[in-house]
Amino acid sequence: MKRYSAFAVAREAMRQHKGWDRAWAKRAPKKKYDVIIVGAGGHGLATAYYLGKNFGITNVAVLEKGWLGGGNTGRNTTIIRSNYLQDPSAAIYEKARSLYETMSQDLNYNVMFSPRGLIMLAQTQHEVRGYQRTAQANALQGVQTEWIGPQRVKELCPIMNISGPRYPVLGGLYQERGGTARHDAVAWGYARACSDMGMDIIQQCEVTGVRQQNGKVVGVDTSQGAIDCDKLGMVVAGHAGVMAKMAGFRLPIESVALQALVSEPIKPCMDVVVMANTVHGYMSQSDKGEMVIGGGTDGFNNYTQRGSFHHIEETVRALVETFPMISRLKMLRQWGGIVDVTGDRSPILSKTPVDGVFVNCGWGTGGFKAIPGSGWAMAELMAKGQSPLTDEFSMYRFREGKFIDESVAAGVAH
Amino acid sequence: MLTLHCPYCGVDADETDLHAGGEAHLKRASTGSSDDAFEDYLFMRENPKGVHFERWRHAYGCGKWFLAARCTATLQVFGTYRAQTHEPPQDIKDAISAQRPGWSWGNFR
Amino acid sequence: MSTRLTGMGRLINKGKAVEFSFNGKNLRGFEGDTLASALLANDQMLMGRSFKYHRPRGVVGAGAEEPNALVNLGEGGQFEPNQRATTTEVFDGLQAQSQNHWPSLEYDVGAINTAFARFLPAGFYYKMFMYPRAFWKHVYEPVIRKSAGLGRAPKDRDASTYEHFHAHVDVLVVGGGIAGLAAAHAAGEAGARVLLMEQTADWGGRAVVDAPMIDGIPAEDWVKNTVQAIENMSNVDMRLRCMGAGVYDHGYALGYERLTDHAPEIEGPRHRLWRIRAKQIITATGAIERPLSFAGNDIPGVTLAAAVRDYVVNYGVSMGDRTVVVTNNDDAYRTALVLKKAGLDIPAIIDARPDAEGPLIDEARALGIRVEQGKAIAKVKGGKRVKSVGICAQAGEGAVLEEIACDCVAMSGGWSPVVHLWSHCGGKLIWDADQVMFRPDHEKPPTGADGQPFVITAGTANGHLFTAEAVSDGWAAGRAAAKVAGHSKRGSQSPLGEDAEEGPISPVWLMPQGASHELRSKAWLDFQNDVKVSDVQLAAQEGFESVEHTKRYTTLGMATDQGKLSNINGLAILSQSLNADIPNVGTTTFRPPYTPISMGAITGAARDDLFLPVRKTPVSAWSNANGADNEPVGQWRRPYTYVREGESVHDAVNREVKNARENVGLLDASTLGKLIVKGPDAGKFLDLMYTNMTSTLPVGKCRYGLMCSENGFLMDDGVVVRMDDDTWLCHTTTGGAERIHAHMEDWLQCEWWDMQVYVANVTEQYAQIAVVGPKARKLLQKLGGDMDLSAEALPFMQWKAGRIGEFDARVFRISFSGELSYEVAVPAGQGAAFWDSLIAAGEEFGVMPYGTEALHIMRAEKGFIMIGDETDGTVIPQDLNLNWALSKKKEDYLGKRAHLRSHMADPNRWKLVGLETVDGSVLPDGAYAIATGENANGQRNTQGRVTSTYYSPTLDRGIAMGLVHKGPDRMGEVIEFNKVDGTTIAAKIVDPVFYDKEGAKQNV
Repeated sequence: MKRYSAFAVAREAMRQHKGWDRAWAKRAPKKKYDVIIVGAGGHGLATAYYLGKNFGITNVAVLEKGWLGGGNTGRNTTIIRSNYLQDPSAAIYEKARSLYETMSQDLNYNVMFSPRGLIMLAQTQHEVRGYQRTAQANALQGVQTEWIGPQRVKELCPIMNISGPRYPVLGGLYQERGGTARHDAVAWGYARACSDMGMDIIQQCEVTGVRQQNGKVVGVDTSQGAIDCDKLGMVVAGHAGVMAKMAGFRLPIESVALQALVSEPIKPCMDVVVMANTVHGYMSQSDKGEMVIGGGTDGFNNYTQRGSFHHIEETVRALVETFPMISRLKMLRQWGGIVDVTGDRSPILSKTPVDGVFVNCGWGTGGFKAIPGSGWAMAELMAKGQSPLTDEFSMYRFREGKFIDESVAAGVAH
Repeated sequence: MLTLHCPYCGVDADETDLHAGGEAHLKRASTGSSDDAFEDYLFMRENPKGVHFERWRHAYGCGKWFLAARCTATLQVFGTYRAQTHEPPQDIKDAISAQRPGWSWGNFR
Repeated sequence: MSTRLTGMGRLINKGKAVEFSFNGKNLRGFEGDTLASALLANDQMLMGRSFKYHRPRGVVGAGAEEPNALVNLGEGGQFEPNQRATTTEVFDGLQAQSQNHWPSLEYDVGAINTAFARFLPAGFYYKMFMYPRAFWKHVYEPVIRKSAGLGRAPKDRDASTYEHFHAHVDVLVVGGGIAGLAAAHAAGEAGARVLLMEQTADWGGRAVVDAPMIDGIPAEDWVKNTVQAIENMSNVDMRLRCMGAGVYDHGYALGYERLTDHAPEIEGPRHRLWRIRAKQIITATGAIERPLSFAGNDIPGVTLAAAVRDYVVNYGVSMGDRTVVVTNNDDAYRTALVLKKAGLDIPAIIDARPDAEGPLIDEARALGIRVEQGKAIAKVKGGKRVKSVGICAQAGEGAVLEEIACDCVAMSGGWSPVVHLWSHCGGKLIWDADQVMFRPDHEKPPTGADGQPFVITAGTANGHLFTAEAVSDGWAAGRAAAKVAGHSKRGSQSPLGEDAEEGPISPVWLMPQGASHELRSKAWLDFQNDVKVSDVQLAAQEGFESVEHTKRYTTLGMATDQGKLSNINGLAILSQSLNADIPNVGTTTFRPPYTPISMGAITGAARDDLFLPVRKTPVSAWSNANGADNEPVGQWRRPYTYVREGESVHDAVNREVKNARENVGLLDASTLGKLIVKGPDAGKFLDLMYTNMTSTLPVGKCRYGLMCSENGFLMDDGVVVRMDDDTWLCHTTTGGAERIHAHMEDWLQCEWWDMQVYVANVTEQYAQIAVVGPKARKLLQKLGGDMDLSAEALPFMQWKAGRIGEFDARVFRISFSGELSYEVAVPAGQGAAFWDSLIAAGEEFGVMPYGTEALHIMRAEKGFIMIGDETDGTVIPQDLNLNWALSKKKEDYLGKRAHLRSHMADPNRWKLVGLETVDGSVLPDGAYAIATGENANGQRNTQGRVTSTYYSPTLDRGIAMGLVHKGPDRMGEVIEFNKVDGTTIAAKIVDPVFYDKEGAKQNV
């Protein structure tokens, strides 16, 4: 792999950039792999990467029915944070956040992780108590967050109206090392690194069946033929339910549409990420200058990657109330993704009823920020059969009544 | 922005007048049921990409719950019907079969 | 130079000059001008700077597709960035400023990026700025952010207002060109309710510029007649300056009407968002001309050919004195003809096709215009303005044959139908190789709720570029749409258009065909984002083969025009690089809106006080007039405390608690939910809803009830009252009324539909006031009435109906404070008067209102749980030692099965206890009790947490409740709670009832 650097760019500039290789190789599937990961989104590629990097397992194929990074990895609002309340969540999201800190250097690919700070606004007494509790929990979890008052909120984000007539800002939970990253680059960076380790990333390859013998996985049928494997990781987000059905089991998930939008680009005016859960909206400004805005999910199952306009309307209304200056900005583009939501809105990283099949899904609206942690944990689970990061996220927890509920701190898992 | 026909009051209601209530025709498992059955009832969902049966309440209208047969891939609505039934009426099933031959959902087909 | 022509300009009123300013310079235009045409008339060709290289940018189009001419418009509360000059109508006093440069438009330091362009190819930032790590946040990113962005960020509050319209129509027609007009006319004649919208200020679209004949008369006259005919139909609404912004599922569509942007003196909303339900939608949205890719095609003065003639015909403005036309199709010849006839110089028409023939070409030749066939532009020379073009053979590699001096280049790469609205909701496209365009695939239309198509595309948007077929297609679409909507009255005949014959277009994606890297790296695809042919080729070389990858890697099509000019050209370059056919590479997804729409319009009137409705109780007005410090609770705002002059909030709360404990306090409890549950099966039903027995409650009595979700978690609590044999009144928490009502309806309608039960939410029908304190009885007795409120006649946990004073009242002897307490419900209409009489009569007893915080403190002193504090959606009744409220007699109730699951039956769950700090201080909210060691993920182990914590004025010390591992078995033990500063605070585990453990005070 050719190393990326300013020097390399300068050298290539002298020869019309003819020397750049493919970022990831284009290969036909082999007959058999040790591990097949289905889904070349951020989570799938990260799983493959850490299988190779941490466990030396490189006879790996990542199968993708569309184009790499084309699902929710490339459709989210790029927020990274780990200020979760419950221990298992804080553990995996903080693992992810800490890996984001060094990801550009690890992958030799600039994913533009920008720890610009993130504030979750408290606009009711209930939220004040909820976020103070989260701050307390975070202190014990090794997650650096702090409760800040309304004046500090205003200092960090001067464009905010903290004294709106309906929901004045009472303070916020601030994570200084939360922020954003360039979402596509995360997928591309992992893909390049995986390819460099000799793994095969096979796009336009749709899995149509899971082959089993005596309750153990032996391979998959795909649009490019049958491929054998010893272990299979299903990392297909919104389509996890469809895929589980192929393997003969059901998952406690439902797929719904989540929408986002961006404004036209303007000069920098907002240096932090702000989430306002009472009014249902969150916003940050991309390096390009666009205000990146997200809101809530539809209440019904939907695979169209489109959503209903009234959600956009609610979100924009909430944000105009919170940031009055955006009223004269214009919405450039809105889009939707399919997110898979579990019974407690926390993810599943788990063994399954089929020996050798592992599932990673249910990230709901919180998937992007988890990518490296999820990949790290999933790789450990697949390689060793157990990981402290995934223990609590078993698909069997629902049967035991052992939920990981993040909504309790008024924090939706965006 | 979906429109669904409320089978009680006859209104073609906008999605904003409705409240989505998740999967329909769940069979309640109560005391005496196994852990498996209870988990199935509360959490396991069909979540199909295609024909689906789901609950809606005409929340900002007549207040009634009703059921809808809808395609989650195209958002086509095959029909809506009253909630007081354990399975979709035959005319709804026929309507689906006319559009999606060979469909199945849970034990319905 | 660009200038105003005499005797031309069908849209401008030369009798009315308007004054406006650009970058502080005062300029003059005419009524009817766009900002772009007015600037051009003043020879202001340079209008902006590009995003990445800060290249000089002039106008390239004349409409919604414009990527270059974006300005900051207005000042203060009227300021708006990124306004397209081509769609901004000038008015007196308009102030515009160009964007994205420093220090000035003419001399922009950022333009140095151009010099380094070769070091800044597609995706360069993914390959560098990685070291040292901290530099990204502190050095690289701030610099990149500053140079990126376009317009200025608004600072002031938006001074304009906005509104929403809702419309239900049979047929929505988007586009007021000849196809759209024909469609609206036909659908209107058929009897359908029609809404016709046109994004510009004028009807007729392109046809009025090109002036073909329709029904034997010039297009402009035909348009006038048709508009007149439609205006006379009462079933057709027409709107100008109203864009079809988006098409959504089930026939939902958005219109974006700009009401006062062109004339700020008009009173009323600035924008109006139309929310439309249409049975059928006709998209007659026209087509957009494509640029050609040749070196230097971004230099100001290089313009789309049709835009050049738009400026001449519509605004009487010439882009330059000497215009070279470059094309791969016949249509661009019209530009040459228009310019020539206007007396302007056309040094040459460069036609990439080697052997094109036809009447338009003949006419050009006949006018003496030099036509060069099989030729291309090798390179445009110029900096802030075109100076000349070098021409070469299209088939070659760019060797310049001749240099032609000119100050304008009119280019045409063919036309792309505007398929956005067709595609928003799933309509698919098909590649038309003959016409070199993607057009709607009629086999794969967007489908609606019934599974049938609901979008019909018409005219040029449907790939019919010629007048005759466009206008008849529009007519047919109108008839067809009306028919689907149930209207087919007979009408007039389909209009007949006439066209000049045109030869075939030839696909030309790069000029010249074999252009060198040097030329390709100066051939722009996306003018705003600075994406060049070489960038797309590099992306393909690096494996970004999907069109989505290429778009994202190069930022092609991600500018504010969303690729209206660049997408197809970029796609063609990509497919060439991949040796694939264009249809196999596919397009990116079209997403709403068609062009950007204001956030203000999306918000509508829902701002400030109208943002969200506030629910009020009959007592709210009094509270707000008497020092209420409100907190939002659900949709309500409840007084947190009533602050008196000179008091802090803390003082006020303590005063209120003390007064209620010593004298008498009043609480407005009207927000508590009140549900009437009635019917022969009401008792049976409530036994399933509540965990404890409800059916056995005697008439006249009250009982505390707990509700669990089917999943076992506590969801609500409240006092249940038996009113008569088959009627119960269920109190819920504030904000719980609607939720619990819906919950009950759900079970009644969907599971136990055979039960005869009726539930009514009467929350707002009653004002409910808690009269609390040792003097409560005296106060109520003073008001008189017909009820005996003595302890004997109305004991604790019983209720009565009757009169208190003049008021019809229900009196409940229930207490959430531990004091003698009456909750009195009166009809809502009498609530304010009742409150007033209590305040007046209570003066001698020291009556004071108290707020939610005093309520919370008093209940905590008594160890009463609060839904939302002690519970958070993960807590079950057993955790709160409420096993007594879990009926063992009942076979079933919601939550019973769930509690049997292993984790819920686990003896190691954290349980409710009281907590007293050793030093008497107040425990921090949400603090955790720490345990020894760490878990496998390196997190500190915990053994409990604080759920409620207050300063108790009654006990003058901190009190708290919390959930602690095996807490009730550990009374007296001291445990440590964390503080955010890293220190800890010690607290003793105690009984959660801190005050009046025997309940003597409430039961008197």
